[in-house]
Amino acid sequence: MKNVFVKGWRPAAVLLLLFILWEIAVKLADVPAWLLPPPTDIFKEAIEGWNGLQLHLRSTVMLSLLGFAIGTGIGLLTAVLLHLIPFIREAIYPLLILSQNVPIIVLAPLLVVWLGFGILPKLIVITLVCFFPITVAALDGFRQTPGELKHYMLMAGASKDQLFWKLELPYSLPSLFSGLKISATYSVMGAVISEWLGAKAGIGVYMTLASSSFRTDRVFVAIFAIMGLSLLFFGAILLAERLLVKWKPREAKKK
Amino acid sequence: MIQLSIDQLSKSFDSTLVLNNLTFHINYGEFVSILGPSGSGKSTIFNLIGGLLLPDSGTIQLKGEKINGKRGSISYMPQTPSLLPWRTILQNVLLGQEIQGKTNPETARKMLYKAGLKGYENAYPQELSGGMKQRAAFIRALLSPQPVILLDEPFSALDELTRHEMQTWLLDIWNEHKPTILFVTHNIEEAIYLSDRILLLSTKPAQVVQEVTVPFTRPRKEELFLDENFLACKRGIHAAFKLQQR
Ligand SMILES: Nc1ncnc2c1ncn2[C@@H]1O[C@H](COP(=O)(O)OP(=O)(O)OP(=O)(O)O)[C@@H](O)[C@H]1O
Ligand SMILES: [Mg+2]
Repeated sequence: MKNVFVKGWRPAAVLLLLFILWEIAVKLADVPAWLLPPPTDIFKEAIEGWNGLQLHLRSTVMLSLLGFAIGTGIGLLTAVLLHLIPFIREAIYPLLILSQNVPIIVLAPLLVVWLGFGILPKLIVITLVCFFPITVAALDGFRQTPGELKHYMLMAGASKDQLFWKLELPYSLPSLFSGLKISATYSVMGAVISEWLGAKAGIGVYMTLASSSFRTDRVFVAIFAIMGLSLLFFGAILLAERLLVKWKPREAKKK
Repeated sequence: MIQLSIDQLSKSFDSTLVLNNLTFHINYGEFVSILGPSGSGKSTIFNLIGGLLLPDSGTIQLKGEKINGKRGSISYMPQTPSLLPWRTILQNVLLGQEIQGKTNPETARKMLYKAGLKGYENAYPQELSGGMKQRAAFIRALLSPQPVILLDEPFSALDELTRHEMQTWLLDIWNEHKPTILFVTHNIEEAIYLSDRILLLSTKPAQVVQEVTVPFTRPRKEELFLDENFLACKRGIHAAFKLQQR
């Protein structure tokens, strides 16, 4: 963890510099606050409005976590099915890629028309953006299992089950975690998009309200909140990876 | 007493005949080497005995029971160590037992000690040298419950010095446990030094062209490599191969 701070200071410094430039530019050019507020205003709003914001944050976090969990489950299940049953892989894999070409922005309102304003269409949206990176990463991991290891397992008499649990699944973990990292950040985006469709609370709702009342400072608060949440989720997955994966595939280790 | 017998085994890939009516057997506690040039079909024989491939004709019998296409009847050590990188050495050497059912960590520990891997039980394979990995791979094969061990050129990827060290080490262990071993190699000296019997294989298609009974008593010392008779034996095998190529 110490490492993160050591490596983290450079991007943090750049960020700080950007904020300072932004502040000076806005002040010098006398840009009206509804167009582009200075960073100090945004932070002030974030602190003063914290009580109201908290509620929205909590709701978005819950929604993202739930969606991420379901997306991960479905993503893994799909990967395992496609891996173990070659016939299904050939039939379904191209369709999965196609499913990623349907724009979520278009699909989301349709889902509301079909399923109403409840939590279900929201979870479907998040699941849709989450499961694909996980499926692809896990499938890649399963399939990249070195032939020599597989050959040993088969010669030693491993059943298909044993081959999967003792070899292919553990081998795919590093790859799977790259998928999880992408999905974790996507899940926050997915949650916000799904909240735009209509919800009682959430960063998405807060953002819509803010922009329709020209509270640009609040829009920025929302943007920073989304970025912060994504970063937090990413960090959590990174931590889990450190704890669970104590080895790296050969290529990655050489660096 | 015959433990493993191969009878009239033939196998072709596409339309090339790789094995042609291959016949040989191994007795209980015997160390037999298969010596043949690269690409002669040695690994194919192992894949057949291991049940990964089905022969076109012929039978493979273990203790009188036909095991054609039956996986897991033998214990196996490949050319590369093939240790799982996320398992510690102890967990790795137990893998063969684990696949077959029960594990016995106590004997595994003892064997690791004797193999000079004391202190490495909880290390990961990446932390070991090539020779140490091969030792771990051999112990994994030795611990597996199957009665016959197949070794497919286990030392060919090692440097000369380490290879000699490993050969001597293998002889020590074999003397102690006396497992039945079928050893594949294309190194003539290695075959003479280690085996009771050597089967010389021809290429395309592979057949046993000659069977050499190694005349040296056990335990064998490394000085054997410089012995007159050793060289004579080596010369004899060389001549047999030369004759084949014509
Ligand atoms: N699965 C396969 N499909 C097609 N041809 C194969 C297959 N496996 C082996 N062969 C062919 O069979 C022949 C024997 O191969 P094999 O690997 O058994 O030789 P080998 O004696 O083990 O060689 P080496 O000493 O290089 O390991 C080769 O010509 C090879 O191309
Ligand atoms: Mg081979």
